Amino acid sequence: MHQESNLKKVLDSGKFAVTCELGPPKGTDLDVVKEKASLIKGYVDAVNVTDNQTAIVRLSSIATSHILHDLGIDPIMQMVCRDRNRIAMQSDLFGAYSLGIKNLLCLSGDHQTFGNHPESKNVFDIDSIQQLSMINKMKNEKKAYCGEEIEGDFDMFLGGASNPFGDPYEFRVIRLAKKINAGAKFIQTQCIYDMDKFEDFMKMVRDMGLHKKTYILAGVLPLKSFGMAKYMKNNVAGVQIPDELLNRMKTAKAAGKGMSAKEGIKICVEQIKRLRNIEGVHGVHVMAIEWEKKVPQIVEEAGLLPRPEL
Amino acid sequence: MIVVKRKPIKEILEFVKNSKNILIAGCGTCAAVCLEGGEKEAAEIKGLLNLHFKNEDKNISALCDSAVRLCDPEFVKDIKLKCNVLPDVIISLGCGAGVQMVSDIFESVPVFPGINTTFLGTNDELGVFSEKCQGCGECILDKTGGICPVSRCSKSLLNGPCGGSSDGKCEVDDTIDCAWQLIFDRLKTMNMLDKMQEIIPVKDWRTSRDGGVRAMVKEEAVIDKNEE
Repeated sequence: MHQESNLKKVLDSGKFAVTCELGPPKGTDLDVVKEKASLIKGYVDAVNVTDNQTAIVRLSSIATSHILHDLGIDPIMQMVCRDRNRIAMQSDLFGAYSLGIKNLLCLSGDHQTFGNHPESKNVFDIDSIQQLSMINKMKNEKKAYCGEEIEGDFDMFLGGASNPFGDPYEFRVIRLAKKINAGAKFIQTQCIYDMDKFEDFMKMVRDMGLHKKTYILAGVLPLKSFGMAKYMKNNVAGVQIPDELLNRMKTAKAAGKGMSAKEGIKICVEQIKRLRNIEGVHGVHVMAIEWEKKVPQIVEEAGLLPRPEL
Repeated sequence: MIVVKRKPIKEILEFVKNSKNILIAGCGTCAAVCLEGGEKEAAEIKGLLNLHFKNEDKNISALCDSAVRLCDPEFVKDIKLKCNVLPDVIISLGCGAGVQMVSDIFESVPVFPGINTTFLGTNDELGVFSEKCQGCGECILDKTGGICPVSRCSKSLLNGPCGGSSDGKCEVDDTIDCAWQLIFDRLKTMNMLDKMQEIIPVKDWRTSRDGGVRAMVKEEAVIDKNEE
């Protein structure tokens, strides 16, 4: 049951890894999960399962990850610090491990005011770096955070997120180093549009030798429309879209129906090809949110098929 | 200081509508500095109630001088002594602590809050207040350049800003400064940026509200009743 993480195997083998994201349904409709899973199976090495992303209540990341695991897909369970204290986190991790989940992405979590229960209380007992450090200790010492022995096995391939475009910019690489020191074996970045700035960020990463201490998967998010591009640029904190890309999306919009989506995919494929050539980038994370059906096309056009079977 | 905000007058009217003898107790400290619950505001509420109930037989009084601290029993006992008859209802303009102290001293009289207690903060300029402390009981300001991430980061993160920090502002609202941007800038000014590399460990929240209700006894200050 507890075979090794496929993601870890691919990364350890030195192959360029591909992951994507799957958003669970806002309820119990498992057909949604199964349908999305069938679209992406075989095209990626592992699939991130979001944990009530943007603080909107959805099917739990544990349950959804378990379903993916049963369908033969390697899930990367996301766990945010917003909704659980250290007691709930450890308990859910034991649960996740028992259900065959082997990858975990530690995150702070979007603030609850963004979601559909903005009046709720948050937890933030620990932050995402402390979370990494706590779980790293659990897997290395086989002890719960309190120091008591864990009954049975416990392991997780631990990852963290990095936003190279958040502020203060100079601190971003230091924060990445902190996550690595805390135990992150892989890193998935926020979606990248400003390639020049990301290249600059990766140079700082290499200068500190961080690319040798962790696997970095660069995030891409295909743009569906000019409107979406404008919205993301203006409303999503920490996302920067250069004018050149905005103009490309604007021109595509004027070219007629369906052309924007086509251009968005084209940009995404170009980005992946460029990211692949950056030293220290070990893979790509395709965040085709509610557009999972486009993942096979993107992965194929980027020349990343077939996926390794290890 | 404790920053407070007056409740809407409609809510206060609702509290007192069925009472004849109404006492408005102002507080001379934080609530007065906030210009929300001091002597002047107590008189103002008294005026508003008189106007609203002008055709009803009500006896409305306001008590407060600048020395009054509603969180201290000696002052509240003094207020009680000044009452010729016990009021039917009291509107306390002190913080949550003040309301409870008034209730403890007056016991049989219903005490209603005339203000909402908001946060521990600073009076940045006249009429401007901002949150600075959450009373977590284990101060870490030595590590964070004198800027508190527990109270000033919307997620109380202890190891740097989340990905939502943009142009110095918090993802929650662009009127909120990102505490970690402030910490970063301050540490840079102090030439102490290396502090940003330290991993601040998981916090022990027992010193905060999470350890249960808190109390403090300063032994050397407590007067021994037997010796007296």
